[in-house]
Amino acid sequence: MAEIEDLKEIRNLMEKSSRFLSLSGLSGIIAGITALLGAAYAWWFISQLGMMTIFVNPIIVLFADALIVFVIALFAGIFFSWRKAVKQGVQFWCKTSKRLLINFLIPLVSGGIFCLFLIYHGYYLMIIPATLIFYGLALVNASKFTYADTYYFGLSEIILGLLASFFNGYGIWFWGIGFGVLHILYGIVIYFKYDYGVTNK
Amino acid sequence: MELPINKFNKAFENRIRLGVMSILMVNDWVDFSTLKEMLELTDGNLASHIKALEVEQYIEVNKRFINKKPNTSYRATFLGRNAFKEHLNVLENIIKQNE
Repeated sequence: MAEIEDLKEIRNLMEKSSRFLSLSGLSGIIAGITALLGAAYAWWFISQLGMMTIFVNPIIVLFADALIVFVIALFAGIFFSWRKAVKQGVQFWCKTSKRLLINFLIPLVSGGIFCLFLIYHGYYLMIIPATLIFYGLALVNASKFTYADTYYFGLSEIILGLLASFFNGYGIWFWGIGFGVLHILYGIVIYFKYDYGVTNK
Repeated sequence: MELPINKFNKAFENRIRLGVMSILMVNDWVDFSTLKEMLELTDGNLASHIKALEVEQYIEVNKRFINKKPNTSYRATFLGRNAFKEHLNVLENIIKQNE
């Protein structure tokens, strides 16, 4: 029926022109695994603190740990999404991906700077909750420009962050769940919902 | 029940015009090359349909220069948005009646 085809085409064009649909589920899975490894290292490092002679400030080590995780996750995200865009035959660096990135980065960079000030003032216990909350806000904000599922992923991160700010001292567990487990779950959902068909085309 | 075929908007009969309006409904200003790329069209083909929508006053045009190159962008007008929504309703009604 022509009218149904018309509506399908309208919907398709509305999505294609306003949302970036090349984000890859694999990058979420890899980001999650990296985050779990990073959290495991941090946990081990903290458990050793009493026994080792430490030459550097432990905060610097943990900060470097988090930064390495972030960089690996970022590059995995860019690489797999770029690969998916090539497979889909769409541009990777386009108006929708730029809009997605800007809207993602505004809460994320604010949160990053805020966390640096938390370190500066010595509010160490609030760093992990703050990273989770700002990351969640960044996802919710970005969700309008990519898969709608991102919205619920962001909400979960915000809730975890709020719980972590109350249950202080269990930060590393919340961090592992938020950046590790949730990423892997989100990655699997995206992979089977949106990537699988593309890979097999 | 009578088919609302008389209300069927002639301006959207064409797939390309329908496509242009779909994109402009969910975006602010969109330039010519982006429309062309999204709809997979040639310059001349797209231009004539855009002209038709412009004549209906469904879209407004903004011509300017970016790095000395001409750049033309389009935006759906209030009139165009309403006409498009009305058209969607008609499509929905036709589908419902055929169910």
